[in-house]
Parts: sequence; C-alpha cells; structure tokens
Amino acid sequence: MDVVYSSRPLWAVLVSMIAAFLILATGEKNRNIRESWTIIAAFVKFFIVVSMVPLILQGKVIEYTLITFYPGLLLQFRIDAFGMLFGLIASSLWIATSFYSIGYVRKLNEHAQTRYFFAFAMCLASTIGIAFSANLLTFLVFYEMLTLATYPLVIHTESPEAIMGGRKYLAYTLTAGCVLLFATGMIFYMTGTLDFKAGGFIAGSGSSAVLIMLFAMLIFGFGVKAGIMPMHEWLPTAMVAPTPVSALLHAVAVVKAGVFGCLRVILYIFGPNLLHDLGIWLIMAYIVSFTVIVAGLLALGQDHLKRRLAFSTINNLAMIVLGAILLTKSSMTGAMIHMANHAFMKITLFFCAGALHAKVHKDYVSQLDGIGRQMPMTMGAFAIAAIGLSGIPPMNGFISKWFLCLGALEANQIIFLFVFFTSAMLDVAFLFPIIYNSFFKKPLDDVAPHFDEAPMLMVIPLSITALLSLVFGIAPDAFVHFFSLTTMAVQNIMGVG
Amino acid sequence: MAEQLAALIIVVPLLASLLVPVIGWWQKKLCYPWVVAVLVVPLICSLGVLNTVMTTGKFSYRLGGWAPPWGIEYAIDHLNAFVLVIVAFISLMVAIYSKKSVEKELKKEKIASFYTLFLLLVTGLLGMVITGDAFNLFVFLEISSLSCYALIAIGEEGAPMAAFNYIIIGTIGACFYLLGVGYLYIATGSLNMADLASILPALYHSKVILVGFAFFTVGLVIKGGLFPLHTWLPDSYCTAPSAVSALIAPLMTKVAAYVMIRLMFTVFQPQFSVDMMPVMSILGWLAVFAIIFGGIKALAQTDIKRMLVYIVVAEVGYIVIGVSVANRMGLTGAILHIMNDAVMMACLFLVVGAIFYKTGTRDISEFRHLNKKMPFTMAAFTITALSMVGIPPACGFFSKWYLILGTIEAGQWVHAAALLCSSLINAVLFFRVIECAYLKPMEPANAHDAGGIHIVQRDEAPLTMLIPIIIMAILVIVLGIFSGNIISSIIQFAVPASF
Repeated sequence: MDVVYSSRPLWAVLVSMIAAFLILATGEKNRNIRESWTIIAAFVKFFIVVSMVPLILQGKVIEYTLITFYPGLLLQFRIDAFGMLFGLIASSLWIATSFYSIGYVRKLNEHAQTRYFFAFAMCLASTIGIAFSANLLTFLVFYEMLTLATYPLVIHTESPEAIMGGRKYLAYTLTAGCVLLFATGMIFYMTGTLDFKAGGFIAGSGSSAVLIMLFAMLIFGFGVKAGIMPMHEWLPTAMVAPTPVSALLHAVAVVKAGVFGCLRVILYIFGPNLLHDLGIWLIMAYIVSFTVIVAGLLALGQDHLKRRLAFSTINNLAMIVLGAILLTKSSMTGAMIHMANHAFMKITLFFCAGALHAKVHKDYVSQLDGIGRQMPMTMGAFAIAAIGLSGIPPMNGFISKWFLCLGALEANQIIFLFVFFTSAMLDVAFLFPIIYNSFFKKPLDDVAPHFDEAPMLMVIPLSITALLSLVFGIAPDAFVHFFSLTTMAVQNIMGVG
Repeated sequence: MAEQLAALIIVVPLLASLLVPVIGWWQKKLCYPWVVAVLVVPLICSLGVLNTVMTTGKFSYRLGGWAPPWGIEYAIDHLNAFVLVIVAFISLMVAIYSKKSVEKELKKEKIASFYTLFLLLVTGLLGMVITGDAFNLFVFLEISSLSCYALIAIGEEGAPMAAFNYIIIGTIGACFYLLGVGYLYIATGSLNMADLASILPALYHSKVILVGFAFFTVGLVIKGGLFPLHTWLPDSYCTAPSAVSALIAPLMTKVAAYVMIRLMFTVFQPQFSVDMMPVMSILGWLAVFAIIFGGIKALAQTDIKRMLVYIVVAEVGYIVIGVSVANRMGLTGAILHIMNDAVMMACLFLVVGAIFYKTGTRDISEFRHLNKKMPFTMAAFTITALSMVGIPPACGFFSKWYLILGTIEAGQWVHAAALLCSSLINAVLFFRVIECAYLKPMEPANAHDAGGIHIVQRDEAPLTMLIPIIIMAILVIVLGIFSGNIISSIIQFAVPASF
C-alpha cells in the first residue's frame, strides 16, 4: 500500500484547536468575530479533509508521525478509507452544526456561549484526531480528550440535573478510559505494536482466554460511548444538554467515536478470522441484538422527544456494531455506510427537536399535535429523516438496511435478519406517530395557525441535512464518495481475512 | 567547567543562606530578591550539568581535590542530573511565589529566618541528590530535615505539634538511614557509593549487609512517607505555611524516592535488591495500600490542602510501584513520575496557596464562582487536575501509561488495578472541586438585589504568585507532549542497564 507523508492530517486536527483558543481569546464581547472563527475553522477543516479524499480513493494512505514516545509507541496519524469516512462525516456535519448552534444559542440567549463554542471546537478536534489516528495509543489520547471536551457541553445549563448528568457521563466514560488504558497496555506488551491493521494484528499473540478478555475489555471501553447495553445509561441522562450538543454527540462526535472504536477493535485489531476462531462473534452479536431490540422498545415509551431520539440512537449504533460483528462483506459495508447515513438522519432529527424547543418551547411528543402547520419545514425535514431511519427507499437508510440484511443472510444467521426487521418496525412505531400527530391531528390551542418557523440559521441547516439524506439515498457515492470509501475499507479487511 | 558547576549548585545556596539573616537585619525587603537571585544559580548550574551529562556522559567532582573513597565525591549521572534540575526549578518557582504569601502568613520579624531556612532546605535537597557519598547524603538529609521541621513549625495553629510529631518520626527515619550506612561501613570500610557498589557484590550473603539494607529501606520509607509510615506527613504538610507546603510536598518525598532508586539500583545491584530480597514485593504491596488509602482519605476531606496532602501519600505509592516492579518500563514510569508529580503537586499547592491568600479559605464548599474571581488560577488548577486524572496530552497520562506497562510486564495485576482505581478516585476528587468552583450557583442570600444577578468581581492573585502558577500549568502540558523526548534523551540512560 502506498504511503503518502503529509502534514494535512495534523492540520485537520489543529485547525479547530486553534479556533478554540481564538474563540476563548475573543470572548463574549465580540460575538460575531467569535462565531466567525467557528465557521471559518469548520470550512477550513472540511476542505482539508476533502482534499485528501482523492489520494485515499487511489488506494493510498496518508501518514504523519507527530511524536515518538518509545520504539513502537507513536503519536501518529494514518488515514485509511475507514478513517476518512468518519473524518468526512464529522467535518461535514460540523459545518451544519456550527450554523445551527449559532442560531440556537442566540435565539435562546444561552449563557456561557464562549465556553460552549470553545468546547465544541475542542470536541471536533478530538473527533478528527480519533478518525485519523494510526494506532490505539493515539486513538486513546484523543478519545480521552473528547471525553473531557464534551463535559462542559453536557453540563452547559448548570442546573442540578445537568450536573448530575455530567457526573454520570464522566463516571461512565472515565471508567471506560481506564479499562481501555489497561487493555492498550496489554496489547502493547503482547505484540509490541499498536498500529491498526485491516484484518487485525493481534492473532496468535496470546492464549484465546487472554484474547477474549482483551476483546471484552476493549468492547466495554468503546461500548460505553457507543451506548451498548447495559452501558448506555449515561446517554439518555446526558440529554439535558442543549440540543445542538445532543445532535453533535449523537450524530458526529461522542457516540460515533465509540462505534468507530468498536469497529476498529472488531475489524482492525482482532479481525474477522480471529473472531471466527475464537467464536465470540456470535455471543457479541446476541448481546448487541438485545440492545437493538430493547432500545427500540424503550424508545416507544418515551414522551420526551430528545430521550426518544436518544434511545433510537442506541438502537442504531447497536445495529452498526451488529453489522460489523456479523463479519461478512455485506454486513460490514452496511455497518460502515450506516455510520454515515445515520449521522445525517439523526442530526436532522435532533436539529428538528432543537428547533421546536427554541421556537415553541416544546419538548414532549404529546405537545406536538398540529405543529406541522406552523413549522412545515422543520417537520417536513423531520418526516424525511424519520422515513429514512425506518429504512424506506429512496432514503439513505434503505441502503444501509439493505446491506445489513444481506449480511445477515450471508452469515447464515436468519435470526439477525429478523432483528433488523423488528428494529425497522420499531423505528416506524416510535417515529411515525410524531409525523402523523404534527401534520394530521387537530392543532393544539397554542399552535399558531400560520407559517411561523424557527430562525433561518436553524431551519436551513436542518433542511440541508435532510436533503442530503435523500441525496445519499439516491446516489450513495455523491459528493464525497462515502460508498467508494466504504467498499474500499471492506475490501482491505476482506483481502486480508 | 561543568565540574565546578556541580560544586556551585551546593555552595552558592549554602553560603547565601548564611547571609540572609544579615541582609534581613539590614533591610528586610531585600531578603526576597536575594533568595530569588541566589536560587537562579543552582538552576542554571544544574541545567549546565545536565547538558554535560547528556553530551559526555557521567562525571564526578571531588570536593577539595581528595580522591575517593577518602574524599567526598559528587557523582553525577543522568538520573541525578535530571532530579537536580527538577529540584532547582521548583524551588526557584516557589521562591518567586513566596513573597506575598509569606508577607501575609508570617509575622514580619520571622521573614529573614524563614528565607534562611528556605535556602537551607533547598541546599539539603540538592545535596542529597548530587552527592555520591552515602554519609554525606545523611548530612544533607539532616540539613533538609531540620530546616523543614522549623519551617513547618512556623505555620498555622497546630503546626508546632505537627512539626514535633514529624521531628520524632523523621529523626527515627534518619537514624535508620545512618545505621544502614554504619553497617555498610563496618562491612566494607567505605562510604563512597561507587566504591560500595564494587565491593558489595562479594558480600551479598553477609548478614551485616542484609541488616544494613533493611535499615536503609525502612529509613527511606519513613522519609518518603510511604504507607503505613506516612503518619507524620498529612498534619505537617497541611499546617505548614503555603510557600513551605508548595516546596516540601513536591520535593521531599520525591527526593526520598530518588535516594531509594539510587540505593537499590546503584549502590546495591538490582540482582540483590530484586532477586535476593523480598523487598520489592513488600514495597509494591505497601504502595498499593498507599494509593488506595491515600485516595480514600482524600475523599473524606473538605479542606483542599488536606485533600492534596493525602493525594501526595497516594502519589508516593505511584513511584514506589514503578520501582517495585523492577523492569525498564516501570522504572521509566517512576522516574518520569518524579518529574511529573513534582510539577503537578507544585502547581496544585501553589494554586491552593493563592486561593487561600485571596479568599482566606481552603474549604472546598466555599469555592463557588472562583472561576470568575480567579480565572487564570482556576484554569491552571483545572489543567493540573486533568493531568492528575490522567487525561492526555497532560503529563500525568504518560507516567501512568509507563507505570501500567511496567505492572503488566511484571504480571502484577493488582498493582495495575490500583493505579487505574487511583485515577478514577482522582477524577472524583478533582471534579468535586471543579464543580464547586465553576458550576455551583450563587446562594440566593448572596445574590445581589439587581435582578438577582450577582456580578463577581475579578480578583486575581498577585503577579508574583500567578506567574509561577501559569508556568507550572503550561509545563504540565508541555512535559506531557515532550515526554517522548525526555525519555529518549535522559530517562532511558537513568534506568540501570541490566533492565
């Protein structure tokens, strides 16, 4: 594989870190200048990332070594197709989230906005760092940074429940971080390397008992952020955060980083062959399937819109991990492409929830009767994303579901096919009533009878993400080649295993 | 030239300390600039020494030109050149910081004697690190201990009692060390470390050597404050004046840890300390208890300084774990942690001193809105706190990482678990403080009438305090990022070659 040495990965990470400090330096007095840092950084970051896509598509990897700690222990960036996929998702959605955030915090006149944008930029820097990290140590470094950068966002409102949510978040993620640190140390001790390798690198370096234990620890460590049951508890609690934060948390940064980590572990540390030999893939698949179904069922019972979406996220993330752990070509494709697709749909849904909160201060599903007449664009986007999430063509959700189902068949495990089906039904069951209520039910008294939308800074981003979900359904390879990257990543893995 | 520098490191602060009372008698105000100016010398000299060691390897300086083993020799290699820089740097920072805090906390007529003792303490610490003579080390140990007792005793209420307690236990520790030296002298007839190292292997089965080694170990465990012989530590460190705590908490225990490494791996060979004696596993388990015990006791404190003091107890355990696993990774972690922990602890104690100076409180629950009042101080605190929790890229993460690699290599799972638990306990400890300072809403009773919005005036610590604090906080990050370079250029040569 050709390696291109370039400092662009570093700049992609640094750009938002620099922006973060510029934001801090600019402060509350010059709000427009401060916000322009966010916007500029978001675009610059996106262009840096996109500029590297052609190289990746040519089958090259881009590498940049930051620091060597010890022989074999490096802080190093290496962009492969899978990392690029995640980097693209994160950097493109940051643009949308930046505009939306500005609209949101200004509309609600939120306090501590400087801190908010600072932490936001730091989050993105860490996320891109995660996406581009070449080895487990670098991954861990940015993963821990991400944990910390998110904390100020979770506790943003500073209410007692926000602080409790923040504590819970830290308790879960820091514990996970400790377990990961230990597992990383073990792997380094056993193999002398931590570099991710398509198809895995750990096979044969320890007894199967040790390997299974390591697998459990790593999946625990990343699964906490990915919200795999029973480690999901922090996620609904963290919904006290402002909506753009939830959107970012769910679609882009935190939980996606967790899922990304799980996939790295499954496909790039252990690899399909080893997991087959160890036989743990099936157990893992059952555990994750449980999460898929139960999260869907729990979502049904939530009246708080954001909590309902949170459980839907848990459900979808578990599907991604399930796709990866089925270890077939199609299922992996489905899992990876669903990372992108879910990101666009879920961010739309959260944006909509935020628009409702900012405009009419409604947080509960039961308050939404007839709201579609007042805010047709918001609810329209919501409908598009909801349809997509249930896997109905021509939305992008259909493509991922299709590959995931194919994967279940390839793995000769019909039961998982039914898991995917049930999950789709549950999606319909907890999302479609919202669409129905908002458009077709008799409006509640407090709904304005005329067009009265949220600020355009919020409506336009959410319309764009909704539209993109549709576009990626029709042309999955549009613009930034999500689909080619996915197939490339899968080929690399299968080529070895 | 470099050899002369080695002598200056000790001679300058020692002689200068004798001049402090004279200067203080003439002009009280001049004590502070004099001490700061004097302490620049050891820092520059030790940097020069470190540079020489890095380029030409280890060297020695013969006091008065007497050849060892008769004369006293300063033997400088990578390990103690590195620790010298740490000691010299932190004492300079604390000296710069001390001005306002001393003016506030001490009576005016005590300032001159305070600075005299301060310089003597630094001299003692530097001497312990630089010397290549086992008895000379005891002399410096006593210099630093005696000045330390006095410095603690001029602290707040309860300090004399704590200092008295410390005197008794500390003297026992020093005596044990001296007995150890005596036993070795009986058996070998030499006090020079290099000389001892060459004579001792033939005598490893001698009972005298075994007993001497045991005395050394216990003496250093007492001096280093390792559980369960730490009992003198919390009270004395907590009641001492802020500037004194900020000096002794990062340095005293670290220097004791250095001496432990020096004795176990230079004077005695690793094959003796590790293979022939069960001392490593004993120390390792004590360290585990130290970490757990220190953490739990710290959780129970409401006074932030007392909390930090118990964290010091736990941090001693970190270093000892690294020593006890006796492999390259673990010892790398231990030596790295000597530096990292010194910087982090210094920063934390400086911050606490600054908060105490400004608000007069050390009660965590009264820290509300400190982020508005003292934004830079609190930012430094937060950075260091994250480092204590082990969040990269701050330096705490890297020493923890090497320590854990060391425990994994040695197969000490409980030790690894203790290290991991400790970072979680630290997370609870420090986020409790951060929550109080940043997030706690104003009490309604305190809120101003103007619409209930309380405007907190910025009231930052004076510059002499703030600058050392900020330098330390920046170092916490910088040392983390460059830990790879530090290891490859210094620490890997400081670890015994047999590992």
